[in-house]
Amino acid sequence: MCLAIPGKVVEIRSQEGLQMARVQFGGVTRDACLDYVPETQIGDYVLVHVGFAISRVDEEEARRTYEALAELDQLGELEIPEIEESRRSGA
Amino acid sequence: MKYLDEYRDGDIAAKLVERIRRVQTRPWVIMEVCGGQTHSIVKNGIDHLLPKGIELVHGPGCPVCVTPLEMIDKAHAIARCPDVIFGSFGDMLRVPGSDGDLFSIKSQGGDVRVVYSPLDCLKIAKANPDKQVVFFAIGFETTAPANAMLAWQARQMGLKNVSLLVSHVLVPPAIEAVLSSPQNRVQGFLGPGHVCAVVGYTEYEPLAARFHVPIVVTGFEPLDILEGVLMLVEQLEQGRAEVENQYSRVLDRAGNRPAQELIAKVFEVSDRKWRGVGMIPQSGFRLREEFRELDAEARFSVEAIDTMEPEVCIAGEILQGIKKPHDCPAFGTECTPQRPLGATMVSAEGACAAYYAYGRHLKDADLVTLGNGR
Ligand code: SF4
Repeated sequence: MCLAIPGKVVEIRSQEGLQMARVQFGGVTRDACLDYVPETQIGDYVLVHVGFAISRVDEEEARRTYEALAELDQLGELEIPEIEESRRSGA
Repeated sequence: MKYLDEYRDGDIAAKLVERIRRVQTRPWVIMEVCGGQTHSIVKNGIDHLLPKGIELVHGPGCPVCVTPLEMIDKAHAIARCPDVIFGSFGDMLRVPGSDGDLFSIKSQGGDVRVVYSPLDCLKIAKANPDKQVVFFAIGFETTAPANAMLAWQARQMGLKNVSLLVSHVLVPPAIEAVLSSPQNRVQGFLGPGHVCAVVGYTEYEPLAARFHVPIVVTGFEPLDILEGVLMLVEQLEQGRAEVENQYSRVLDRAGNRPAQELIAKVFEVSDRKWRGVGMIPQSGFRLREEFRELDAEARFSVEAIDTMEPEVCIAGEILQGIKKPHDCPAFGTECTPQRPLGATMVSAEGACAAYYAYGRHLKDADLVTLGNGR
């Protein structure tokens, strides 16, 4: 129910007093209301829930978080966990 | 960066699991509040991936599951009226009331329509001036901005044939109810990322302090959830009880101001009943006085019909993290997504339906032949 999906804003227009956008999610494009993220520009990523953008995805922050997670690599070399093997065979 | 695939990387997931294993010295019980997280956890097998001793229990954060039975019955009573077009999110269609579901009302000739956005009701109302359009406005804080906008726009546009059946619930009072229960086992919470995208997380800080329980506001992708668990385990091991934000690419402490402003104009906090849990004071929204003319309950004078949950159903305890779906004798036998007895089997985000969908009702032997792995 609280599912919200990030999509890319490809078009912005005004309709019945509301800021509406076409938002691309992978291969699908849908309408979303932008009134709650009024500073949104074409090309931005927004998080859409039941036809409303509720947040703009901060690209810099997304990259930072991801890179920090990817760096766990270097921190993880102390020992190779035997637990992973057993999990993998179960997966 | 599409913000989806990156956060599903299996190698990084394995690193995170290993990290958690190293940090953890004792068993911990963690509740994910949101049904979307439950779905992601069960779908990706994250609970099985975690080191032994980290137990995930599933929280009350599925609005479809907690919408009280009498509200469902009120919806059905309204949807059966001849001049009504009843709009609903798709998830509500198969939720059993005391007598059938919205699907069966539709098949008996009721005009029940699934909408993508609450705003669709405005179009429907304009196109059908001789009909009453009623929207089943359920949801948590995440959905409140959308439902508030429907009420706001209906009034702006002077549409007299739109009303809302409001059954809105709030997360912090539910967390408080879980923590106040004498049976509570939960020691840390994965906070609901999309709820907090709307309202921020200032309201969670007094909860964390009062109950000395860490809360990490977390996203929905596998890496989000694993990082959220890691942050929680770190806090638990260090004896900290803070509110932290794992989902910083989407939200900050304050949340979405314009959304909060419109919610406050349209809704006010009220007591709400939760299916399976009972009355929780100040745990939901109702329309403000200025918008009461849009209240479908008043417009259709639907009396509460006395309703009984099937006795076997333990959805209430599941929603509070006390039990798991396979503790229910009906799980996967009498109760399946095709013939649900309780709401946690209906919604894809309900713990029972998630367990069922990903084969958790099968014996290990069946799973081997399925080649499913778990
Ligand atoms: S399996 Fe069905 S009957 Fe049992 S708790 Fe879940 S919803 Fe209720």
